[in-house]
Amino acid sequence: MQNIFFVIVIVSLFADVSSRIVCAAEPLKGASQEADPNRFNRLLLPKEKRTPALEYDGIHDPANRGITILQQPRNAFKPLAVGKGGNYVDWVKSLDEKKIRPIFSLRDKTETPMLLDLDIVREVKGSMPDVVYPHRQHTEWLDCSNCHPAIFIPQKGANPMSMTEIILGEKCGVCHGKVAFPITECRRCHSKPKNIKRIRQQETSSSK
Amino acid sequence: MNTCIKPKPRLCCGYGCLVVIGFSLIFSATPFAHAEYGDIVINNFSDAAGMRPPIFPHWFHRIRFRCKVCHVDLGFKIKAGGNKINMAKIISGEFCGACHNGEVAWSVENCDLCHSAQLGTPTQVHKNTLQTLIAPIGAKQ
Repeated sequence: MQNIFFVIVIVSLFADVSSRIVCAAEPLKGASQEADPNRFNRLLLPKEKRTPALEYDGIHDPANRGITILQQPRNAFKPLAVGKGGNYVDWVKSLDEKKIRPIFSLRDKTETPMLLDLDIVREVKGSMPDVVYPHRQHTEWLDCSNCHPAIFIPQKGANPMSMTEIILGEKCGVCHGKVAFPITECRRCHSKPKNIKRIRQQETSSSK
Repeated sequence: MNTCIKPKPRLCCGYGCLVVIGFSLIFSATPFAHAEYGDIVINNFSDAAGMRPPIFPHWFHRIRFRCKVCHVDLGFKIKAGGNKINMAKIISGEFCGACHNGEVAWSVENCDLCHSAQLGTPTQVHKNTLQTLIAPIGAKQ
């Protein structure tokens, strides 16, 4: 009789633990979603999986005790401005709205960056809008020497570049597509509509 | 009385096994990495030394510091694995050691806080453009 009782206890424990396993594994597996071949956004990461806990993010070792102490990105991002790609945080907006206060110098924490409010317009080939490069947002984070002269020669027209180069991690791609907002956010750079009238005039005058 | 006590260890053992199986199931359910955009894994020397490679979370640091602090003042080249950092340099105050010295941030005895990647994770900027182009984020690899 006692044996039967303990068998029941063990079976009920098994059921309890296995149901917990299923509960914990469900958001990761998404078995019901995978079953439908015509579901929406088949290749996209669902929103709830975007900022996973460190132990489930696939590169941290879940057996490492250290990750129980480290900050979880989801907690850190809660008060920040929401962005479209990358960390899904709009870092420039978060800084402008003073939601973060990153320091500029280790020696003097009150030091502020010297801002340069100068937009560079790059006329681009093809049908995409022209690129506006704003110095202000960049000088908030960086020093002139991060880009000039190694990555960009500080002279208008001296820096020919292509999207292929950027995708491969050159020019803007040194940061954009790695840490700064990814290149999938086309319109944040390609933001100045082309002057169609002027282009047509140029075309007609050159064909004459 | 004896018969009452007997089954207890059996029960504990069964429970423990189930927990272990459960955890292995949970972790095996994540075949691809979802770690944060911009997380840097540096594996210049770690694997060879039998140490977990360190992960540098850009997101954590850019909340607290502007890029210039590390990439100009501390001399970090903007290249994953391009700085050949080792523990001797960190202890003598170079690179990470400029802050991770027990004064500005926690010190080097907290090995596990940096050395936290799975063994064999290659040096990378996580979710960089090329990674996402070759294998879309949700795709099975």
